[in-house]
Amino acid sequence: MKVKSFVIHLSSFIYSPMPTVLESLNQALHHALLTDERVYLLGEDILDPYGGAFKVTRGLSAKFPERVLTTPISEAAIVGVASGMALRSLRPVVEIMFGDFVTLIADQLVNHATKFRWMYNDMVRVPLVVRTPMGGGRGYGPTHSQSLEKMFLGVPGLRVVAPNTLGDPGQLLANAIAEDDPVLFIEHKLLYTRPLLQASQGDLTDFEIQQCGETYPTYVLRISNLESSNLTLATYGYNFELVCQAALELLMEREIFCEIVLFSQLSPFDIAPLLDSLRRTRRLLTVEEGGLTLGWGAEILARLAESGIQANMRRVAALDLPIANSRPLEDAILPSVEKIVDAALALHGT
Amino acid sequence: MTDNFALYRIMLLIRRFEERLLAEFSTGKLVGTTHAYIGQEANAAGIFSVTDAQDVIFSNHRCHGHFLAYGASSPQGSDPYRLAAELMGKATGLVGGRGGSQHIHWRNFYSNGIQGGILPVATGMALAEKVKKSGQIALAFLGDGTLGEGVLYESLNIASLWNLPILFVVENNRYAQTTPIELAVSGTIAGRFTAFGIPTLERDTSDVLEIQAAALEAVGSVRRNGRPFGLILHTNRFSAHSKGDDTRSAAEIARIREKDPLLIHAPRLTDAERARAESEIAAIIEDAFAQATADPFPKMKDER
Ligand SMILES: Cc1ncc(C[n+]2csc(CCOP(=O)(O)OP(=O)(O)O)c2C)c(N)n1
Ligand SMILES: [Mg+2]
Repeated sequence: MKVKSFVIHLSSFIYSPMPTVLESLNQALHHALLTDERVYLLGEDILDPYGGAFKVTRGLSAKFPERVLTTPISEAAIVGVASGMALRSLRPVVEIMFGDFVTLIADQLVNHATKFRWMYNDMVRVPLVVRTPMGGGRGYGPTHSQSLEKMFLGVPGLRVVAPNTLGDPGQLLANAIAEDDPVLFIEHKLLYTRPLLQASQGDLTDFEIQQCGETYPTYVLRISNLESSNLTLATYGYNFELVCQAALELLMEREIFCEIVLFSQLSPFDIAPLLDSLRRTRRLLTVEEGGLTLGWGAEILARLAESGIQANMRRVAALDLPIANSRPLEDAILPSVEKIVDAALALHGT
Repeated sequence: MTDNFALYRIMLLIRRFEERLLAEFSTGKLVGTTHAYIGQEANAAGIFSVTDAQDVIFSNHRCHGHFLAYGASSPQGSDPYRLAAELMGKATGLVGGRGGSQHIHWRNFYSNGIQGGILPVATGMALAEKVKKSGQIALAFLGDGTLGEGVLYESLNIASLWNLPILFVVENNRYAQTTPIELAVSGTIAGRFTAFGIPTLERDTSDVLEIQAAALEAVGSVRRNGRPFGLILHTNRFSAHSKGDDTRSAAEIARIREKDPLLIHAPRLTDAERARAESEIAAIIEDAFAQATADPFPKMKDER
């Protein structure tokens, strides 16, 4: 396990000269198209001046008109076409306009793109990236707010990656594009406008950060100069922001000292950094925006249980319901800082 | 272009290979499933006599005939032995025993067992060949039953919209497993292509020379125009869909067996040529299956 350490200032959540997640991803796509002629982008409404439903592809078709292909509304075929391109040595990057539509590409991912390399006895490669925005919080209602990545966790041959504001989303995407196998790249919608966090000098509320792994790192955040912490919060993607706020609240108001384990790669995954943290804290809360039942946290808890570690564990996730349009209903269904704090307190028996 | 003897020999290779395979299944030597190409041999023999060895092929569940004809047209020669080994799940199989009957890959030949799902993949391959300016075209095979899959129409739309060099070969044997075409396909097959501005050629024959001529025109059109084309071949499946699952009447099977591509083509050869083809193919099949039977099973090599 390769470990790097640096320190980050939490106030950088609010005022930041740093690029946003959207700018970071957009830059990465620019760079990929510029430096590798095999890279193609395919997706619905990705041409300028519109530049994609969430603008991640803005400015790309103007510069690379031959390699930025706007498609009909044909999610299955777009991913199929892209995996055919990948089999024949191009490096396509597909945008699925809303993550909710991954149900339409399931066959292409599960029975085609991710099968080919293994099924053809390692004689082919499928360097395909499917990027898609997931998540709620914007009032888009039941079919445009879901976090469906859990359906694709554990699919053999598929790497599922989710950027966050702590790592470098653009670099993560660049690494995915450089990969020889299919990657499903999950971008939470609320991340797009968020600035990247900036490592800076520490103060009382500073976290010390360990980076485990290089390409799709797992980050372990611990409060600097603190001997013992007593709760591990594990999460990925946008929910890292909620988890940080909850950790601060727990620290300030309850004197519960949290470690945060932030995953960039959801599947397959390395449990070691989390297990390490849990050996110190013996309490774990997983936080995800997908539905609770049979989700990401369930597999994390199962792995930990199998490791034999003695720990108290709970999950915070969306309720097992469609995601409502109305704000109060949506809030009630999705994870929140309050729900995380409550679950943490329950774990502590307070 | 391939001469009459070679065409006969390829069709015979497919026929005898599939017969042997069904026999091996019935004696329990093989497990899993298979979809025999018996009755449809002229399609593969005709088509692969006019393709280029570098063209990219995506075949479906009924892929043995396509593969054997593809192999026979390749400079490397056909490889019935590697196919037999694959069907037996041997380490020496085309894909080391991982794929089996419906999931093979060799040179530029690919197959997969999901109806329709291969069509956008083949379309993407055509796009790759186009942008690489390789001059190669893609060929994708589908049956009448697969006309029911929506992703086909997404693929036809994109192939036409983007001017992609792909030939869609529809082999209409009038059945999808047990379902007759009358219960599954509305309208016409050609009309499906026409709706997307894709030209078609339709043949109702088991004569390999007629199929070869149609394929020459179809492949030529794709190569010349850099546009998709639909080749619709009405054909007959003599055997069961897979192994023992035939629901058709004996009378119907007897009727279609009259359109045997081997019998239609045989008079164009001398008795001596036919005898030579039989003995050559018998030896190839015997060697292929004997060798494959003797080969070892694969070992797990995955880490996880
Ligand atoms: C998506 C999908 N649905 C169903 C099947 C099961 N299946 C395999 S072959 C077949 C019939 C296909 O009929 P057709 O396309 O006419 O090809 P044919 O078998 O006649 O060559 C079916 C239903 C499958 N393999 N894939
Ligand atoms: Mg059929």
